[in-house]
Amino acid sequence: MTATAIAHDEVAPSGERRAMRLPGSLSLWMLAAGIVAVALARIITHNDDITSASTFGVALRTAAPIALAGLGGLYAERSGTINIGLEGMMVMGTAFAGWWAWEFNPWMGLLGGVVGGMLGGLLHAVATATFGVNHIVSGFAINIIAPGVARFMANLLFEGEQGGSLTNSPGMNGEMGTFTMPVLSGGPLFGLDTTWDPLGNIAERGWFAVSDVAGLLKALTTELRFDLVVAVVLFVLSIFVLWRTAFGLRLRAAGERPSAADSLGVRVVAYRYIGMAISGGLAGLAGAVLVIGANRYTQGQTGGRGFLGLATLVVGNWRPAGVAAGAGLFGFFDGITQRLDPGRLVLAAILAAVILLAVFLAYLLVRQPRSIATVVVVAGAAVVMYALFNVENLRDDTLLLIGVALAVVSLLAVATVVAWRTRTLDVLAVAVGLSVLYVAYLSVDEIRSEFVFMAPFIVTLIVVASRGQTLRPPARAGIPWRKGSQEG
Amino acid sequence: MNRSRLLGGFAAPALAAVAAIGVSSIAVWISGNDPVTAFQAMLSQIDSTQSATLIVNRAVPYYIAAISVAIGFKMNLFNIGVNGQYVLAAMLAAAAGAAVDLPPVLHIAMIVVIAVVVGATWAAIPAVLKAYRGVNEVISTIMLNYVATNLIAYLLTEHFRNPEQTNIRETRVLPDSARLPRLTSIFGVSLDQALFLFLPVAIALGIGYHVLLNRSRFGFDLRVSGENPTAARAAGINPRKMILITMIMSGAIAGLVGLGPLIADNTFYKYGDQFPTTFGFTGLSLALLGRNHPVGMAAAAIVWATIERATQALAFVDIPQEIGVILQGSFLLAAVIAYEVVRRITNDAETRAAARQLGGDRPPPATVPAEAPA
Repeated sequence: MTATAIAHDEVAPSGERRAMRLPGSLSLWMLAAGIVAVALARIITHNDDITSASTFGVALRTAAPIALAGLGGLYAERSGTINIGLEGMMVMGTAFAGWWAWEFNPWMGLLGGVVGGMLGGLLHAVATATFGVNHIVSGFAINIIAPGVARFMANLLFEGEQGGSLTNSPGMNGEMGTFTMPVLSGGPLFGLDTTWDPLGNIAERGWFAVSDVAGLLKALTTELRFDLVVAVVLFVLSIFVLWRTAFGLRLRAAGERPSAADSLGVRVVAYRYIGMAISGGLAGLAGAVLVIGANRYTQGQTGGRGFLGLATLVVGNWRPAGVAAGAGLFGFFDGITQRLDPGRLVLAAILAAVILLAVFLAYLLVRQPRSIATVVVVAGAAVVMYALFNVENLRDDTLLLIGVALAVVSLLAVATVVAWRTRTLDVLAVAVGLSVLYVAYLSVDEIRSEFVFMAPFIVTLIVVASRGQTLRPPARAGIPWRKGSQEG
Repeated sequence: MNRSRLLGGFAAPALAAVAAIGVSSIAVWISGNDPVTAFQAMLSQIDSTQSATLIVNRAVPYYIAAISVAIGFKMNLFNIGVNGQYVLAAMLAAAAGAAVDLPPVLHIAMIVVIAVVVGATWAAIPAVLKAYRGVNEVISTIMLNYVATNLIAYLLTEHFRNPEQTNIRETRVLPDSARLPRLTSIFGVSLDQALFLFLPVAIALGIGYHVLLNRSRFGFDLRVSGENPTAARAAGINPRKMILITMIMSGAIAGLVGLGPLIADNTFYKYGDQFPTTFGFTGLSLALLGRNHPVGMAAAAIVWATIERATQALAFVDIPQEIGVILQGSFLLAAVIAYEVVRRITNDAETRAAARQLGGDRPPPATVPAEAPA
């Protein structure tokens, strides 16, 4: 979080006139808004499962591979290489992890994933850093090769073995252990089998916002598989390494200003190799986490998560905390589809998004030059919308329908006026998103899983389309560099 | 110049082929088999007219996908979204085609129009995002591929599913009036395997692509925009308009890709879970291998389809068929590396030649800045 906060301050234009500025870091405010919105949605829908420790647990397990892939993308792009091949490296990771976890044990499976992914990463480095091949082209080629290699390995190693076939490895040799934090979540300590479990206790209470946060912390500290612990540690470590060490500075310099770095004696090509080795290793580790979660390698296991990792990189503005937040969001989407009664949970999540967007819209409007009419109309729309939150089925009642239509139309009208006056699309975009989700929440009984699966990709598209100007990728990522070149 | 073009056009792919055969030989050897046996089996598999027809049938949609990608490549646009564009187009065209009853030619025309329009529309999203919001088309097309996949899954299960099929998710089968005829004999020689008459479409597209790029004002604008955006802008070419037109055109052609299997291939005539969904990626590979050249891409498509046909023989000699994908993948990677190496060598040679002509005793910097400093 601190890293993101620093970036925000750096990026914020100093000369811009602003009606209002929040004190402190924007990302902390966003986090707080998110927690409040989800807590509100939980209370309005009477659906405690949305922030229960078990939902967060599932979300964490689905988020970890995406997050690790995203972190892999981060190391690549920070060192100056665009890595479209994350998906392929992840596939390599699953094949190697499936092999070593079955041949040896789950820990070796993790290592195998890293090795497999690293092979892909180094191949990409050879093509891009040494030969100067277009990064997209090389990454794409790796995505083509990797599934073939994985299937070839499955053919040689798994087919004909007990429980194995061309499309899946035999089960793992043993299990990956779990970790429970003592004192906070009842983990064992000094020979005691259990200790206090204050987090679990608070999470069950249903206290506004407090229990929701406790649910998240409880999930982070209870029966967490060791490979997920590794993932969390790697994130914290990455923030430190990339922004607090000389190594990190040199790595980032290779992606920002390779010529300048070169003139100071940094071996740019070597750093791009290192960046790609770490990138591939992390992508492979992401694959290994999938393998351990499923107990075996399966063909097509990655299912586009490498590309989702790439998406978190963009949504997270090329920063580890941003990647983690993006992956957490995507994992949460994915996680709730795996819970009991996913339809209602998704609706609750949509409600949380509606609240969040409403808060964001209010924030944007407050920053505008004020006008009484704007405030009145928006407040009126908000009251009407809120009054209608608990209506079970909208389609049966014409009067309600008119109320909703009126509220939505007036909101959109105000947003259009503001957008036209300020020549920016922010307010209008948020208002449209808010209206669409609000109407969806009221008129739909259940959201189909296909749309939930689509959501991360659409969120990414919206983020790049609307915040494109404030996103800041590494300056020279994806541009081939040759030693001695004055460019870059 | 001619020597270097020759080098880039033939020497590089030949070298890449050698490297790919080397890599896949090693893979065969790792699997505990004899590479010679493998390649002999593969060669004997393709040595028949039946195989020739099968290879051509397979290569046709590949080639169309390659043209779709190549148009974008010509102005440095990566249309990674061909997959989503053609699959969505094929699904909606299949659903619409099965829902109506029309006379033969009209029926096919309607299906073609729907496919082209859907492909173009889906490609218009990244086009608009890039032209007006500066969104990188690589990111947006990748995201849209997954949106398309899920959208198709939803539409297929909820709206266009053939109710008579309970086990498989697929659209209703197209009636005869929506099917292209198949050729069972050519020049009096009867074919063991019917030739799908989608081939003329591919040939026409290839010729059209060549004429458009090299003989039209638009093609000139396109190539200038790709090779030197600054010069293009100075010449009054509107970059925004070029992005929109090129991307949408690429999507329109992508829409045709799925029609190969859909209306010409007797194993389909419908959209379902069995429908191929990765021709776009193949097209990308072929556009890279064929260097966006209409003949080069055709050759690459034939090579690709030949490898796929040939590797089927490996099953008979107990060698993993995945060698085929490894062969294709290493060929692709080796080829793009070889092209880049050749480009660097010829660039440096040209720089030296220019330096000699100018009479300077010191060669200018190895890389000439692409854009004049602002």
